[in-house]
Amino acid sequence: MSDEQSHPEYILLRHRGIPDLDNLEVYRQQGGFEAWQKAVTSLKPDEVTNEVKASGLRGRGGAGFPTGVKWSFIDNKNWPHYVVANADESEPGTFKDREIMERNPFQFLEGVAICAYAIQAQTAYVYLRGEFWQIASTLDRQIAAMRAAGFLGENLFGTDYSLNIYTHLGAGAYICGEETAMLESLEGKLGQPRLRPPFPPSYGAFGKPTVVNNVETLTNVPMIIARGAEWYHTIGTPKSPGPKIFSLSGCVNRPGNYELPLGTTFRELIFEHGGGIPDGRNVKAIMAAGASSSLIVANEAALDTPMDYESVPNVGAQLGSASVIVIDDSVGIDWLINKTIHFFRHESCGKCTPCREGTFWMMHLTDRIVSGKAGWSDVELLQEVADQIKGKNLCALGDFSTEAVLSGIERFKIDFEKAVGANNLETKPQLEHA
Amino acid sequence: VNTLSEKYSQEITQILEKYPPDQKRAAVMPLLYLAQRDKNYVTKQSMEEIAEILGISSTEVASIVGFYSLYYDQASGKYHIQVCTDLPCALRGAEQFLEKLCENLGIRIGGTTPDGLVTVEHVMCLAGCDKAPMFQVQSGEGIAYHENQTVESAMELIDQFRAQEKRP
Repeated sequence: MSDEQSHPEYILLRHRGIPDLDNLEVYRQQGGFEAWQKAVTSLKPDEVTNEVKASGLRGRGGAGFPTGVKWSFIDNKNWPHYVVANADESEPGTFKDREIMERNPFQFLEGVAICAYAIQAQTAYVYLRGEFWQIASTLDRQIAAMRAAGFLGENLFGTDYSLNIYTHLGAGAYICGEETAMLESLEGKLGQPRLRPPFPPSYGAFGKPTVVNNVETLTNVPMIIARGAEWYHTIGTPKSPGPKIFSLSGCVNRPGNYELPLGTTFRELIFEHGGGIPDGRNVKAIMAAGASSSLIVANEAALDTPMDYESVPNVGAQLGSASVIVIDDSVGIDWLINKTIHFFRHESCGKCTPCREGTFWMMHLTDRIVSGKAGWSDVELLQEVADQIKGKNLCALGDFSTEAVLSGIERFKIDFEKAVGANNLETKPQLEHA
Repeated sequence: VNTLSEKYSQEITQILEKYPPDQKRAAVMPLLYLAQRDKNYVTKQSMEEIAEILGISSTEVASIVGFYSLYYDQASGKYHIQVCTDLPCALRGAEQFLEKLCENLGIRIGGTTPDGLVTVEHVMCLAGCDKAPMFQVQSGEGIAYHENQTVESAMELIDQFRAQEKRP
């Protein structure tokens, strides 16, 4: 594809330009582990953190929190420290961390290592969703190869710093992508979120100070240390610097991962890189943050919106993990929210009542609406239930479940009017148990 | 007698070494995978043995099996074909794919073929959205992804499973 040849230098998906980058020797020949050696042998931990802070790198898992700032919150009065790399990637529409780990694993592992050095952790865990079983066993071999080459283990590069990295497999629970649920799961408990504060940098894995970062976030780190914060700012926008992997899916000709600067418009991603909408259809809505996203009405202004952390809220949504799901004009939004609610109902961990019960009732209401048995009062009740869930839970899953529902009813009302059709608009809701 | 400890003493030691010595409980999930690979599902006896290794109650081990969807506490088809039908896959025809596949096998969604070999079911997002229809196959050997699938390619794969079973 011409897109590949003309692409500016890849920072994260470097394997697309360099064959066999998942081979340690090849990675090394490409400058791999130089940043790691530089950090351990010539930089103080604080200097590493400050460089990452200065780069403006923001968490790529969804929240967009400044990475260096998070590292600087680590509690230095309580030891040992841990790093946990969030490789749980479970948001419908997100498939970027998988490509990084499968094809450019050493850059990711080097990022984990540099983060560990910055907070002086001697143990790091990579928490992978259970379905990434094959990736975990390959990572185990790659970690062993790093150890054999002297990049992990005791007294690294002749210093007194030591580091080990281990993989830990989840077992099928979306909630474990939430950082505190992930820590519970790592400890061998049910994956249910903790009350925050305290946040992981003061109370994390095994009750010790911990930095939890997404795979893509950590994969940015080696290049920042190698080339400096100033270089990093040459990509992206002033407030959202750097490259981002956009996972493009849904009604689009060329779905896939696209590494582009933050601030690229929806139009460029969907039409230039993604090749537009199949079957001559039109784009109706966009979800920018996977199934957890509000529905963006895909008008001209929305298509021209830059995809960065500051601009996406202007069209009533969040960038999140930049998992862009394209929805064409053949899709009913009533059907769409029924799909997303089935997901969240299944994945609600059950700890907080509003989320556990609310997703259950939203599922029944949307089942009713989509099957043509609902009246308009069911749509109103659905809105009411969603409002009752919002802001009342320990983690964001409950809120996420309401995003598409509330924005869908508000912005695509006509789809719900059609679904209700000729049914008595005064019908009182009659909910049946499953 | 703890049969897991006897059969897999080396693996168990390696798993326990990953976690702080006073946090043995953290090994419960990898040990459950070990037990599941051994018997194709987690037996009551394995839960008791894991509890014994970690110094926790077997009820606590059972709660982990119940919470996480990749652990099975009863025997079913040897191969679980799990098709993602979440939104991005559904927009690329995953629901029709699942229905047709089950129709071809003469089973309902979630059902097992009469020979007890293959169970076909829905699964939540597998991070393969751009290559839908896609599914994972869970079996004693682990988990394998199959992407950009058609009913024909899936049926070919099932034929391969059947051929493997017939081999002495």
